[in-house]
Amino acid sequence: MTTLVAPEPAATATRPTPEELARHVSLRATVAQTLSMAWRATLKMRRNPEQFFDVTIQPLLFTAMFAYIFGGAVSGDVASYLPIVIPGVLAQTALTACMATGVQLREDMDKGVFDRFKSLPIARIAPLAGPMVADLLRYSLAAVLTVAVGLAMGFRPGGGVLGVVGGIVLTVAAGWSLAWIFTWLGTVARTAQSVQGISMMILFPLTFLSNAYVPVDTLPGWLAAFVKVNPVSHVVSAVRALMNDGTVTGEVGWALLGCAVVVAVFAPLAVRSYGRKM
Amino acid sequence: MTTIPCSATSAPGERTDSPTPTPAVRAHGLVKRYGSFTAVDGIDLEVAPGQVFGVLGPNGAGKTTTLRMLATLSPIDGGRAEVFGVDVAAHPHTVRQLVGVTGQYASVDENLTAQENLRLFGRLLGLDGRAARRTAVDLLGRFDLEEAADRPISAFSGGMRRRLDLAASLISRPPLIFLDEPTTGLDPRTRGQMWDTIRELVDQGCTVLLTTQYLDEADQLADRIAVIDRGRKVAEGTPDDLKGQVGSSTLQLRVVDASDTTAAAALCRRVLGEEPVATPESGALNVALTDPDRAADVLIALREERLSIASVTVAKPTLDEVFLTLTGHTADPTTDPTPDQIPNATEARS
Repeated sequence: MTTLVAPEPAATATRPTPEELARHVSLRATVAQTLSMAWRATLKMRRNPEQFFDVTIQPLLFTAMFAYIFGGAVSGDVASYLPIVIPGVLAQTALTACMATGVQLREDMDKGVFDRFKSLPIARIAPLAGPMVADLLRYSLAAVLTVAVGLAMGFRPGGGVLGVVGGIVLTVAAGWSLAWIFTWLGTVARTAQSVQGISMMILFPLTFLSNAYVPVDTLPGWLAAFVKVNPVSHVVSAVRALMNDGTVTGEVGWALLGCAVVVAVFAPLAVRSYGRKM
Repeated sequence: MTTIPCSATSAPGERTDSPTPTPAVRAHGLVKRYGSFTAVDGIDLEVAPGQVFGVLGPNGAGKTTTLRMLATLSPIDGGRAEVFGVDVAAHPHTVRQLVGVTGQYASVDENLTAQENLRLFGRLLGLDGRAARRTAVDLLGRFDLEEAADRPISAFSGGMRRRLDLAASLISRPPLIFLDEPTTGLDPRTRGQMWDTIRELVDQGCTVLLTTQYLDEADQLADRIAVIDRGRKVAEGTPDDLKGQVGSSTLQLRVVDASDTTAAAALCRRVLGEEPVATPESGALNVALTDPDRAADVLIALREERLSIASVTVAKPTLDEVFLTLTGHTADPTTDPTPDQIPNATEARS
């Protein structure tokens, strides 16, 4: 079978001199490297299926729990609360899922393989962005399950299939953008536990001080002021309009703008602190 | 394990028309500080292409830190470093294309199988899916890992991990390879295999910069050795230069009948031309050996003179002895020499 073995590439003749080597990574290479890192993350997920616990159990639990606890108090009955609470739970599940992105990155960075990633001629952003691309799977699963539980409980979205899909896509996009905050935390914190702790402190005000579970007009003025600027509120409002009415409101624009700002601020911060670490 | 890929005979810095090739590594006054602690305190290194350069020192001497700075893994706090003439701090991306790094702790992904690891690194280095798979299979074969190709790394022995780690460093066929303590924690047989692998790399024109705690490893592999202590270079030279400073090895001899000691001493003087030193133990002698093989001459002569041997040992100088000679303190960085340590150690060496 020796004849079938491909000959070694001729490194002598074609090897470029140091002056000819690239000084930076091209955008195309960056995308390819990010996808390779995403492939690694999906292999890891397949080996550790417990990574899917938070995104499977939580939608089931939270949707049922919040609907039955707050339904009567907020909307009079559970059925009329569902159109309000499903987009809220969607946003919260996405946020919780992206918190895990940061925690897992921190755990991963303590391993020896990150040394090799740093020593390779690859874009510094690839080891961070790769797992986030793979986590789109987790966000999507969480979002689909939440809607499915809602449907089972009697949620009949007025926006139809397109509206629901639009709402899910927006939620996943928002989760991915906000995950950069937790990724940045992952690169600055010392341990995975501290990432978890800090993330909870960010997560709770962001989700509960929003319109996710209650109408804003029931809140005192000072709190309503914060709730109105909270990007999670804009995401929830946009998703409600999409799912319940099938309309694309200005809230979608605000939500996307908020997400873009978060990525623009936290992605460079994360790459910079990752480059400095160790 | 037949041939191992590496950059070929001409390293990129090496030009046929230039009389002095660009050094593979040139470092001047390298400094690394952690807060008020200076881990690396002004180290100069120059490694010629095709050379195996050993950085020898005890734990905590700054070997790994130096290597990490040269490999762009750790920022340089002071001084300058070049790899094949490319400034490490200014153009890290270019340097990363010229070096392969194998760390002290195997830097492969525990969650992936051996083959998946190599495919991942191949993809990251710009190979397409098919080429990455082919390279992975090829390297696994060369490093005797094909049977373990689909096993998770967590089931690998220490030696297999190191081999996989080294294989991963060779995917891009880099002209310069950094090996951080390549055999620490390996059993003697695996250690010997690792040495053979490193020698093969050099035969194919690779330049190797390795760190080690073992004098015999540096001696076996390196063309040139720098001894590092507390962040400073305390000596540099060929293995022979260094051993010349401490004596190659010592013959420790004890005769059965203590009254034969004088005769045995005279015999050693005659055969080796070195003055034997009597140790406190009765009938025991220590003689410095420039060549360990000369011990056999002494043994034959003893047999001819019918002097009975109680015990005989040929001891190589230990890293500790090298250190003591070069720095005046032992290799343990936490202990400074105390008055009672010095005479003991001097006696052992004499």
